[in-house]
Amino acid sequence: MADFTSNFWNWFIIIGVVGGIVAMFWLNIWQSERRRSAEEKAKPMGHVWDENLQELNNPLPRWWLNLFYLTLVFSIVYLILYPGLGTFAGALGWTQVGQYDREIAAAKKQFDPLYEKYLKEDLKTLATNKEAIKTGERLFVNYCTTCHGSDARGAKGFPNLRDSDWLYGGEPETIKASIMNGRQGVMPAWGAALGSEGVFQVSEYVLSLSGRRVNEEAALAGKEKFKQLCVACHGADGRGNHQLGAPNLTDDIWLYGGSQKSVMETIEKGRSGRMPAHNEFLGEAKSHLLAAYVYSLSRSFDPERERR
Amino acid sequence: MAEQESYNLKVVRQFAIMTVVWGIVGMLVGVLIAAQMAWPVLNFDIPWLTFSRLRPLHTNAVIFAFGGSALFATSYYVVQRTCHASLFAPGLAAFTFWGWQAIIVSAAITLPLGITSSKEYAELEWPIDIAIAAVWVAYAVVFFGTIMKRKVPHIYVANWFYGAFILTVAILHIVNSMAVPVSLTKSYSMYAGVQDAMIQWWYGHNAVGFFLTAGFLGIMYYFIPKQAERPVYSYRLSVVHFWALAFTYIWAGPHHLHYTALPDWAQSVGMVFSLILLAPSWGGMINGIMTLSGAWQKLRTDPILKFLIVSVSFYGMSTFEGPMMSIKTVNALSHYTDWTIGHVHSGALGWVGMVSIGAMYFLIPRLFNRELYSTRLVEAHFWIATIGIVLYIASMWISGVMQGLMWRAVNADGTLTYSFVESVQAMHPFYIVRTLGGLLYLSGMLIMAYNIWKTIAGAKPAKVAVVPVVAH
Repeated sequence: MADFTSNFWNWFIIIGVVGGIVAMFWLNIWQSERRRSAEEKAKPMGHVWDENLQELNNPLPRWWLNLFYLTLVFSIVYLILYPGLGTFAGALGWTQVGQYDREIAAAKKQFDPLYEKYLKEDLKTLATNKEAIKTGERLFVNYCTTCHGSDARGAKGFPNLRDSDWLYGGEPETIKASIMNGRQGVMPAWGAALGSEGVFQVSEYVLSLSGRRVNEEAALAGKEKFKQLCVACHGADGRGNHQLGAPNLTDDIWLYGGSQKSVMETIEKGRSGRMPAHNEFLGEAKSHLLAAYVYSLSRSFDPERERR
Repeated sequence: MAEQESYNLKVVRQFAIMTVVWGIVGMLVGVLIAAQMAWPVLNFDIPWLTFSRLRPLHTNAVIFAFGGSALFATSYYVVQRTCHASLFAPGLAAFTFWGWQAIIVSAAITLPLGITSSKEYAELEWPIDIAIAAVWVAYAVVFFGTIMKRKVPHIYVANWFYGAFILTVAILHIVNSMAVPVSLTKSYSMYAGVQDAMIQWWYGHNAVGFFLTAGFLGIMYYFIPKQAERPVYSYRLSVVHFWALAFTYIWAGPHHLHYTALPDWAQSVGMVFSLILLAPSWGGMINGIMTLSGAWQKLRTDPILKFLIVSVSFYGMSTFEGPMMSIKTVNALSHYTDWTIGHVHSGALGWVGMVSIGAMYFLIPRLFNRELYSTRLVEAHFWIATIGIVLYIASMWISGVMQGLMWRAVNADGTLTYSFVESVQAMHPFYIVRTLGGLLYLSGMLIMAYNIWKTIAGAKPAKVAVVPVVAH
């Protein structure tokens, strides 16, 4: 009953569908005629429009009529077997949700043992298991590339997973927690508190932390403001805090871009980053394998090659 | 005896010329966005030129501006000639021309600006929707008024199809466009969730069924017998396929929503009626092609007839493909892929485009009392357009099936074999071929425009005066 607000609509659909198919049969039978002899020539119907437009009285082509009947018979059989006539569920009891559940159950039965096998293994050991990493990479390509990129180097607002810099920490268990439970990183907007001059000064100081050449005077003024507003999360030395996901500001790695403009925008308007939780969607076993893969990425990180 | 009454051809001329103009504009936008798919840099980082805004402009321009003008022109011509009466309410007929052109221009302005209701094939915002309804009611009054004053007892088959098209499109447009306005340029659909989706595709598929099929079958039923100078093959067949088509199309919309939140019963009903549509559709094809029986040799020398007959062949092909794609298991592969785009364009370029082009080559010389400037250019147009269509649909078939297969390919560990971006990368060469096909089709239209220009401007008057006078 779920699809209908009352039984009226149920019968409305049934009568419309069955009546329609019956009407198609009737239409064909009404316009069919006895077989003609081969000598009998088609004749015009006797009406003439616009000087020379006429219609012949040829019968319905036999093969065409049979094709029509065939589709009508197929439809009747289909509507007996499958849902279609209002609330009648169909003789096969098929539903699309049922089909989905069956396919998922079959896939789970087939593939789950494959992943369960890895769940028992320690993440650090797993990261050296070539076969596991190959599967982990495929999972990554399926589920993670939309944000982190097919090369896992991230994009603006989405961290690079190949360097050894971590917002929440790079221990395998921490990575696994990030994948399973997600993360929510919030940088508050300081534009109102700092004013545009203050935003500029703080940005000068922040850029100086990673060794950029800045206006000394502005940076000094920025440092004072940094001490009041920023240290709670980014720490007195600006090295960030893994507990809060506050980025290290001294390493010249930038989540939202390292240009003065981007840094000022970050300070003025704040940022909000979200890594979705995957536990419910992927389950622990796949998250485990993904964590091993992501861990292996940073293990194979070569600072020399990156710089080139 | 009352003073002699002549057919109203002015409005027909206006719509006929605009058919060619809007055809070129709509197809030019189509070629640009096809090229953007292959080379995204072609959006030039200008918001008005992005694919998202030009795509609805392309669809609106080719369906409603090009197709619409062709339907107005031919229906006004055909209804007069087959009712042996001049147009009812000529003032209203002029209103439909200027009103329809104003609507097209407002679409060309608002869509690139990003003003959209975001309902596919019905993107125009509510003030324009109201204008469309007003023009459409005027159209219905003119058309059915002319039918009422006919001087022959029987209504010719082309007019059944035009009539069904006009009536049904009025209902479809009004019901689908129901919305709550929040400002002059923004409104929200009256329907929500899956009901909105169902109304949208009930409209969308019947825009195909009545605007792009029934209306153009009206064109076919007049211009093929006229150009071939042969009687329509079977009156009985036209009766059966007309009623079956009009009844069945209305049910077919849900096949656009297979495996979605739409209830199972609605999906099944949509699928079976889509399959039932095969025979009624082919009824039209048979009647069109068999009208030529006894005159097949004309196809060799008459490029206008080539346009008309090949268009009907494409109609038959797409109406075979459509029911196949509505089968759930086929749809599971084809849905959301380029296959759908190929299918649509075999109907749009092959059927709708070619039958309109053929009708215009027939009509325009007669409307302006001229001999066609060059039959050889029509022949060239025909072959260029045909090759363009083949390149377009073949590339989209291959690309679509490839996409569908890549998306569902699974590794031994249950993961997907290809990432999405790999399937995008694989489509690139086919996007280039598609652009080339579109470019050829557009070039054909430019040849047509030149030919038509020379025909009208040229001093080559028709051998016999064809300015018709109502006689009976």
